[in-house]
Amino acid sequence: MTDFFVNHTVLVVSVIKVIVLMALMMTALAYLSWFERKVVAHIQSRWGPYRVGPHGLLQPLADGLKFLFKEDPTPGGVDKLVYFLAPFLAMALALSAIAVIPFGPDVSLFGRMVRLQIADLNIGLLFLFAITSLGVYGVALGGWASNSKYPLLGGLRSSAQMVSYELSMTMSVVGVVLMAGTFNLREIITQQQGYSLGFIPRWNLLAPPMPQALGFFVYFISAIAETNRVPFDLPEAETELVAGFHTEYASFKFAMFFMAEYANMITVSCLATLLFFGGWLSPFSTNGVMAWTLYIPAAAFAACAMMLFVDGLRYSTKFGRAVLPVLSFALAGLAAVCAMPGVVGAIQGPFWFLLKVFLFLFFYVWLRGTLPRFRYDQLMSFGWKLLLPLALANVVLTSWMVLVGGR
Amino acid sequence: MSAQIIMFFILAGVAVLGAVSLIVQRHPIRSALSLIVVMVSLAGLYLLQGAEFVAAIQIIVYAGAIMVLFVFVIMLLNAGEEERTNVSGMARYVGLPLSFFLLLQLAWWVGRGTSGMATPASSSPAMTRELSKLLFTDFLLPFELTSILILVAILGAVVLAKREN
Repeated sequence: MTDFFVNHTVLVVSVIKVIVLMALMMTALAYLSWFERKVVAHIQSRWGPYRVGPHGLLQPLADGLKFLFKEDPTPGGVDKLVYFLAPFLAMALALSAIAVIPFGPDVSLFGRMVRLQIADLNIGLLFLFAITSLGVYGVALGGWASNSKYPLLGGLRSSAQMVSYELSMTMSVVGVVLMAGTFNLREIITQQQGYSLGFIPRWNLLAPPMPQALGFFVYFISAIAETNRVPFDLPEAETELVAGFHTEYASFKFAMFFMAEYANMITVSCLATLLFFGGWLSPFSTNGVMAWTLYIPAAAFAACAMMLFVDGLRYSTKFGRAVLPVLSFALAGLAAVCAMPGVVGAIQGPFWFLLKVFLFLFFYVWLRGTLPRFRYDQLMSFGWKLLLPLALANVVLTSWMVLVGGR
Repeated sequence: MSAQIIMFFILAGVAVLGAVSLIVQRHPIRSALSLIVVMVSLAGLYLLQGAEFVAAIQIIVYAGAIMVLFVFVIMLLNAGEEERTNVSGMARYVGLPLSFFLLLQLAWWVGRGTSGMATPASSSPAMTRELSKLLFTDFLLPFELTSILILVAILGAVVLAKREN
């Protein structure tokens, strides 16, 4: 038995990584729904989920249980195979994209170097685009197989929309690839190391020879459209199409579409972070007097713990008064761990990476709470007449600057 | 048998099954789905040969763009199940022998051409660079001609669509 583990360490480590990442991902997806409801509620001067657990923290659990135990009727006249295949396809593709995302530099854990990434591919970026380009099938087939007019319209809209915006999304990152000269995601990040003028990070967004601000603009808007989020959520526009492509889906199959959407949001946020915002690299230099920035993670966790403790003591229910302070102690413990000498270096990469991803996710939710939906013709002309030419211009400009300035 | 050969036979089997299913299925959407299966397993075969870039492009272009348009058109036309007709005499008496002959010929040439499996090229980031170098030096003329061909096709489609209004 031990022989097996010694001979197949790569395999065993990979399996452990997959399991850990899956567990984290599922929790993140569940709490992303809680986060979205809370933030949108506060934008609209409401409270959001508040009843299930303190601050509604147990709401995702209740929702999950509800999805599991709901009746799951199959409408008459559906194409059974495709109808069942669509949510699985959506979910499986959305989750497999996470496999190539690097969450941090190599860290030593239990005496061995561990790479915070499941698969380090030479074509990591292309793999991600291949997966996203297949993602449209889940939505389109789900809409078609339901044998109902609203889902069909939703599916049609989504395939047209995703094909249109995929083009500008792919073109928008060509600038980054030109500057990096590789499709490998780790190398793209490591090439963004360093600071110009000593304090401005050389992230692709700002770095010479050609700052990719334009590329980022096009990428992020196209990414929102690719994930069918507000203001591009026409495939499920509830005022026109009931619920769009997933109208006829109930119970856990609906939940799978839902989770796939959130997983896609996380993927494109990760990609935006590592292509344009330096991935796991810290925004602060850690040399000399700036060494204190190494303790930002610990300080952030400690501040959160303190706020949670104060809030927990005054919470209105007994359960909340009991649970929230305990949670705050857990957070304080995490802060203490992050300040320990061995850990302080290892925590930097994942902390900054996840913080940036979190900010993008917040931005997503913020947009949803703020913007109205596009009209369909506006959507198409915006994609084809503005974003695509901008992306092409960015490619031409960047290749020129790379040729002249080099890197 | 090495793991590579096992993987080859799995992928090749899936590709052949997908191709057969493409012809046998009566619903256009299911045929399109079978074709996607073929495309993806072909990408797997390329990957097995170390051609990472070609594999990724295979999925992005064929499975991710062209087939999406196929599915889109089938959905838009709301095409239903096809009726199965009896095989025409031409197909039965000329087509079948000819296709069998083609199969034999292909098998003969493939069997003569290479002994065993080609060794996979070492996959490295340099390979993508080599590919693009070739594309923009030795094969520049065919490459540019192809893009003109595609441009002409697009213009033709636009002209045809305009005429109907």
